[in-house]
Amino acid sequence: MSFDLTSGPIAVDIIRQGMMSQDCGGFVAFEGWVRDYNDGKAVLRLEYEAYAELAILEGHRIINEALEQFPVKDIRSVHRVGLLDLKEVAVWVGVTAIHREEAFDACRYVINEIKSRVPIWKKEFFADGTTDWTRCQNCSGDLGNK
Amino acid sequence: MSPSEPIVRQVRLRYFAVLRERAGISSEERETISTTVEELYDEIKEEKGLDLEKKFIRIACNGDFVDFNYSLSDGDEVVFIPPVAGG
Repeated sequence: MSFDLTSGPIAVDIIRQGMMSQDCGGFVAFEGWVRDYNDGKAVLRLEYEAYAELAILEGHRIINEALEQFPVKDIRSVHRVGLLDLKEVAVWVGVTAIHREEAFDACRYVINEIKSRVPIWKKEFFADGTTDWTRCQNCSGDLGNK
Repeated sequence: MSPSEPIVRQVRLRYFAVLRERAGISSEERETISTTVEELYDEIKEEKGLDLEKKFIRIACNGDFVDFNYSLSDGDEVVFIPPVAGG
């Protein structure tokens, strides 16, 4: 298992290759990509900032929770930091298991928990020249970050 | 007997994302008479004019999450964590 941060492109193929195992019947991966719009505004690029020490600690906790809850073989995840262009992979989660259902469940658990718990922040750069730190999905307060 | 002097603690603060931009710095050493991390946030929020309410933040001390009533010690490194948005 692993959870890492990287400032360069995520080496998806290499990580996946390292997870291949003859005792697993399935592999499920989730990739979060940089999309060209949010809240109806055109997005040009993103910047991710992390509190690295705690992000890695919390990321490992999440993966360990998933390994305890779901009968899967291995879970690995990588999150980008720094500036990203459209279509780049911002976050990657891969899960191997004997059967597919557990792999889907564990993968969904890990990406959902990463998004709500790991101290990583996203700044969007819009086509109209404005920027915004993306608000938490679970709170409705106005952070004033126009 | 005269009232005891408040204890002054030396702490280090690190700021990230929206709070880093609002504070205009990424870290600072400061002396504080706050006894808990919650009091310290109130102090910083007032001083720097931050508009992020406490209900939207989490707090970390020395590299891990702590409760708002965590008691500060000399040398603690404190981080106020705005709503996260990874993924």
